[in-house]
This record gives sequence, C-alpha cells and structure tokens, in this order.
Amino acid sequence: MMEPSVWAVDFAAQFREKVVAFRRSSPSIQAPCYRFSVMPEEWGGVAAEAARAGLRWSGLWAEDQNNRIDLTVVLEKDGVYLLVQTRTADDSPSIASHGLYYPAADRSERRLADLFGIAFRDQADSRRWIRHQAWTELETPLRKTYPRSGRDETSTRADSGYPFLGAQGTGVCEIPVGPIHAGIIEPGHFRFQAVGEMILNLEARLGYVHKGIEKIAEGRDPEGLARLAGRVSGDATVAHTWAACMAMEHAAGIEISTRALALRAILAERERIINHLGDIGAICGDVGFAFGQYQFGRLRERCLRLNAELFGHRLMMDTIVPGGVYSDLPSEGGHRLLEEGIELRQELEELSVILDENPSLQDRWSTTGILTTEAARMLGVLGYVARASGVDFDVRRDAPYAPYDTLKVHVPVAMEGDVAARVRVRQEEIDVALDLIDELVSVLPAGSCRMPWSVPASDAEGLGCVEGWRGEHLTYVRFGPDNTIARFYPRDPSVLNWPALERLIIGNIVPDFPVCNKSLNGSYSGHDL
Amino acid sequence: MAYPLTAWALALLQTLLFIASAPLLCGWVKRVRCAFQNRASPPLWQPYRDLGKLFRKSVILAEEASWLFRATPYIVLAAMVLAAAVIPLIAVNLPTDAIADVIVLVGFLALGRFFIALAGLDIGTAFGGIGSSREMMVSSLAEPAMLMAVFTISMTASSTNLSTAMHYLLQSGLVLRPSFVFTAAGLMMVAVAESGRLPVDNPATHLELTMIHEGMILEYSGRHLALIEWASEIKFMIYAVLIADIFLPWGIATRVTPWELLSGVVAITVKLALLAVLLGAVESGLAKMRLFRVPEFLNLAFLLCLLGLLSHIILEVAI
Repeated sequence: MMEPSVWAVDFAAQFREKVVAFRRSSPSIQAPCYRFSVMPEEWGGVAAEAARAGLRWSGLWAEDQNNRIDLTVVLEKDGVYLLVQTRTADDSPSIASHGLYYPAADRSERRLADLFGIAFRDQADSRRWIRHQAWTELETPLRKTYPRSGRDETSTRADSGYPFLGAQGTGVCEIPVGPIHAGIIEPGHFRFQAVGEMILNLEARLGYVHKGIEKIAEGRDPEGLARLAGRVSGDATVAHTWAACMAMEHAAGIEISTRALALRAILAERERIINHLGDIGAICGDVGFAFGQYQFGRLRERCLRLNAELFGHRLMMDTIVPGGVYSDLPSEGGHRLLEEGIELRQELEELSVILDENPSLQDRWSTTGILTTEAARMLGVLGYVARASGVDFDVRRDAPYAPYDTLKVHVPVAMEGDVAARVRVRQEEIDVALDLIDELVSVLPAGSCRMPWSVPASDAEGLGCVEGWRGEHLTYVRFGPDNTIARFYPRDPSVLNWPALERLIIGNIVPDFPVCNKSLNGSYSGHDL
Repeated sequence: MAYPLTAWALALLQTLLFIASAPLLCGWVKRVRCAFQNRASPPLWQPYRDLGKLFRKSVILAEEASWLFRATPYIVLAAMVLAAAVIPLIAVNLPTDAIADVIVLVGFLALGRFFIALAGLDIGTAFGGIGSSREMMVSSLAEPAMLMAVFTISMTASSTNLSTAMHYLLQSGLVLRPSFVFTAAGLMMVAVAESGRLPVDNPATHLELTMIHEGMILEYSGRHLALIEWASEIKFMIYAVLIADIFLPWGIATRVTPWELLSGVVAITVKLALLAVLLGAVESGLAKMRLFRVPEFLNLAFLLCLLGLLSHIILEVAI
C-alpha cells in the first residue's frame, strides 16, 4: 500500500523556503493529518498548488490573535488532511482569495470578511454574505474586541438592499421565494430568474438563522460546548456533537473507551437512518406521492420512539458528551436494536419496490436536478450529494476514525447525479447503516462508557472529523486557559452543499425546485451558525 | 313552458342540496385517499368544519388588493351555484334545466376561472402570477376537450340541453356507444385537470412553487377563502355529477314522485361514492406529473374526446 502521506510531504516541500513549521500534528490534531504554516504572501500560492495537486478544499476558519488574524484552510486528498495556516501582518488584513482555484471557498471567505473584516483580494464575489443588517460593515463580531453578549438592541433591522444578480430580456421574470416558507422548514431566500417555467438562474440568500454560535462558544466549558454543538443543526445533532467532542478529546489527549466509541457510532448511524427515512418520504411528498411520504414518515417515527426509549431523546440530543456517551445502552437495548433492524429491512424492501416500480414517481425524479461529477468535484460537495454524482468519498472509509477503523464500510455510489440517484444512494445508505448497527451491537465491547475529563493545556487544539448523515463534518476547537473554549468552528457539510443547488437547478422548471432542494437538504442553521 | 310551483321548489331544493353536499363529497374523497394510504382519516364532515372556521375568521387583505380581489370570491361562488343549478342531480325535467344548456355551463366554469386568475394577478405576488399563468395554460387545453365531449353528447341526443340529453339517454335504454367510452375517458381526464386534482395539481401541497389553483388563491383568507374553497368543492362536484349523469344516468328521477326522488338521491350517492373511490385510487397511486407533461395529458384527453366525436359520426349516425 502506498504511504498515503507522500503527497502531503511533497506538497509542503514546494513551500520549503517559506514554510514556517511543518509537522505531523498528532495527537493534538486528528491522526492522518499534517499541517504547516506559510507567510501570508504565499497564501494564494497554496491554493494554486493545491488545485494543481488535485486536493479537495474542505474548510476555512479564522481566529483573532491580538488583532492579527490566523487563517486555517483544510485540504484533503486520499483521506489525508492537510491544514495550512497563515497569520496576517496587521489588524487591517488583506489576503489573496482562494476562490480563483476553489469556487467552494467563495462563501466561507465572504463569511470571514463579514465576521473578521478580512479583505480578500481578487474575490470573484465580494458582496456581504452572513452579514444582513444586524451589524454594520465596520463591525467585526468575531474579533475579541466585540462583546460576547452582542450589542444591546431590542430589534434587528430587516435585511434589505442585497444586490442580487439581475437578468434582463423579453419574458424573463423574477420570482422571490422566502425567507418564510409555507412548510415548517428553516428560513432562506431564493431568487429565481425564469423564462416561463424554465429556470435561468437561482441565487440563494442565507444567513437568516445566524445565531453567533462561534461567538457564544467562547468561554464555555467542554460540556457546555458539547451541548452547544448539538444545537448547531438539530437534525445533525449527533454528528455535530461527536465532531466537537472528538476535537476536544484530541486537544485534551483523552482516549475514549471502545464501548463509548461503538455507542457513538450506533447513535450516528441511527441519525443517518432517521434523516434518510424522513427525507425520502419528504421527496415523495414534494412530487405529490403522499403514500410514500406517510409510509416513510411512519418508519421514521418508529425509529424516533425507539430512540426516546433507549437513549432518552427522540433525536438523540446530548447523548454524546466529552469523554464518552451520557448513558449506557440499557441491557435489552442491543436486542431491541437488532429486532428493529430486521423489521425495518422488511418494510423498506416492500417500499423500495413500490418506489422503483412507480413510473410516475421515477418520471419526476429521473433527470431532474442533475449535478455532474465535474461540477460536484469543482464545488467540493459532500455526503450523498457527492456520492450520487460519482464522487466516491466517505470519511468512515477513507479517513477512518474509531470505531470505523475496524469496520468495513460499504459506500454506495451512483453516477447520474439526479434526484433519483440521490434517493437511491440514500436508500442504500440506510441498509449500510443497519448492517453497521447490527455489527456494532453484536460485538459491543464491555467497559465503562465515559472517561473522566482531564483539563487540557491552554492553547491545546483539536480537530474533529466525522461522517454525519449529510457528509463530512469538520470541527475545530482551541482551548484557552482553565478548561474554557477559546475558539470553536463547526464546518457543517451544508456549507459546501448549498452552492450545488444553484448549479443543479439551472435548466429545470420552477415547480421542480422543491424536490431538487429536498433531495439536497442543506441545513440552514448549520450553514448560518 | 309553464311549470308548477312545486317543480320550482324542487329545483331550488335540488340546487341547495347540490351546493350543500359538495363539501361532503370532498370529505369522502379525503377518506378514500387516507384509506389507500394506510392512515387515519379526518371525519366525513371535516370540510364543513373547515368552512365554518374560515367563515368565522376575519379577512386580511393585501395592501394592493383592488375591488376585483374582493369581488372575485362572490363572483366565483355565484358562477358555480348557477352552474350547479343547471345540472340534474336527482331529477330531470325541472324548470332550472331550461335556464341554460351545456355550452353555457362550460361558460359558467370559464367565468369563475377567469375571475380567479385575475384575482391571482391583482395582488401582484409572484405566486399568484405563476398560478394564474399555469391555470390558463391548463384550461386553454382542457376547455376544447370539454367542449368536444359536450358536442358528442349533444349530437347523440340532438340537444345541447343536459336534461333533454339525459332524458333521451334514459329512454334509449342500455346501448353501448363507442363514442361514449372515449368521451367518458376524456372527460374524466379533463375533470381531474380542471378540479385541480392529482396528477395535474396537488390540492394538499404547501409548496408555493408547485401550485396551480392554490397559488392563485394564496392571498385569500377568512370569509373570502371559505367562499373560494366552497366554490372549488362545488366545481369538483359539478364534474363528478356530469360524469355520473351522462355516462350512468340510470336511477335519476324522471317524474316527481317521492319514491322516484328517493331512488334518485340513493342513485347519485352511490355513483358519486364509487367515482370518488376511483379518483382516490388514482390519486394515491400516482405522483404529480411534471408541469410540461400536463399539455401531453390534456392533449390525450382532447384526442379521446375527438375520437368520441368521430366514432359517433362514423359508427352511430349512419345507423
């Protein structure tokens, strides 16, 4: 087997003259992970070289260090993660944009510009992104000087005057949708330009549920951060909490018991199952196939009830805590999980025949909302969205973390990239998750399920990387003094998946937007933070 | 032609029964759909409760709403009530039958649609405009098919009056007319499209971008919404009764006797209940079709109705 780290060393070697430090950063950062720092003037060159070497752009965050901004970009190839860092020179930083080489970087950079006041040079799009009208252009909420409590305001100004892209011509009409929608979903604004029913362009405007998660994380204790992480996006609470706990445990140098790891994986796989079930049902509902909607909804509800019974919460919120899991699986729990797995498989088998053999349903899903493999790679999309477009990546298999390092994870992939492919991949992922749960339950190790916490050193940092149901979660944590959090950044997979919606919808008809959107199902809250 | 006062009273009664039982039919369709989807259903009288709730709620008007928006619910309901008055529900040869023929009936339906589409445009929201434009696309294709079906029946009975046509069909006994088989299939497809049912429109959706009928009335609330909902329910019943009357006319009262009237009520109830079961099965088994497939669907309906007309001319007139 080829040493997977070769490319990372080679890559760093190109910057040898300019590299400040290069180290295999274990144990503070997750194991197959390298990091090096460059001078700020090399920042643009990093992206150029990374793009040339075929690295995937995975995330970007910043941190205020006494008015100098530390920037960290995460790149990945063959399951090896590379963190490249730089520190800007002064307190009005200007740095090269990565957007030229990585379109995926665009929104993260605009976000940092809004929150830190960083000016990105040669940015294709320099409009504000996360900033609506709650703070002014001159304010930088994530700098240390900005009060954590925020400003004392009774009301927030409405967001107006955002310069949307326009389209002109005979028969072109503009359709504004949202931010408040008729269904019980999160807020987001979508601006369509359409000719008749044909969509020419779609522009999403997100940020309506910006809660200042990163800011309010500062100063929390580890348990408080785990609870906060569980509320970044309610439907991915397990994945976010796991990623945050993993980062904190790496920072503190704590080894988790094998039993706790297995239980975490069971929770994560169950989260995958309930969300896939709910979404497949909703995708049926969006094309008017109520039967599928109610049947999948029924199955999801069954799983939720078993969750409440076994884990104390329907969505398994706060079940993962720093050092392990909150409570052990009840003695009959393993048996109940296996039993439910058998019944669920039977029901799903019947339902999948009904879905597959319904031509009116397949007619709506096939060739609708195609995301090509090329576009998926370019945008760096994650999870089932990527896998339905032929991008074969799954953290559980390609950069395995415990307990997946000892399990064989089958990763379903489809090439078509349409709604039907995304539904099919998700159907298969349910089967894989059920198999994994069976395996985890049957060889569940004995032992305690929660390790005592040890206070990490000040400045200890950690990275958590978890394959949630939406895809790769990347969470960075740095501790300050006295067991408090100095910096927390959870990169939800939705950050990279949302731009795919704007691309795959082009050329589709307006009434197919809801089903395309649902087949992607990005988290508004996870994106807005 | 002079009618006795009892006939007028009966005609009035029949119309009242028609508009009063329209929500019941919708409640029944909902129950059937729920049964096909393995779920618990709301009670049969739920549509009445919904209407009652809406009537009690206050009306909220968009700032841009003109008189047109406010008048439309009344115009639409009036058009549907008039259309309902023309259709024999439990008895034929009533005085209201003479008011209008089937072509005017199609006109009443078009009048209601025209005003709802205008109201959708009136308030100036994107969804209203989308809904109106889609509704016009659907109806421009559905109306010719509907007229074609009407012509087939009129040619068979040599009258455009519905009551006269039904009388003729009842008297000619059980004759299997190829033209009617085609026309029945075509008219059912038109009915599905025009009353906003699956697979053309999804009345249960909350997704604004996919709406046709619901899109136009998205800004209506309270009493106005109740009137429009009621009108939609009557419209749905008009199509159902038309299909039941023309293709299965047996059982309807031809004379005003208590026994015949009772049998008329029972007959139409059974026929509508069975039609609703058919609709519920179709609606549960099909996803909503893509919007650009709707013209294909309605073209097929038109083709079937045209085949009906042709087969009438070729096969039936010559005999």
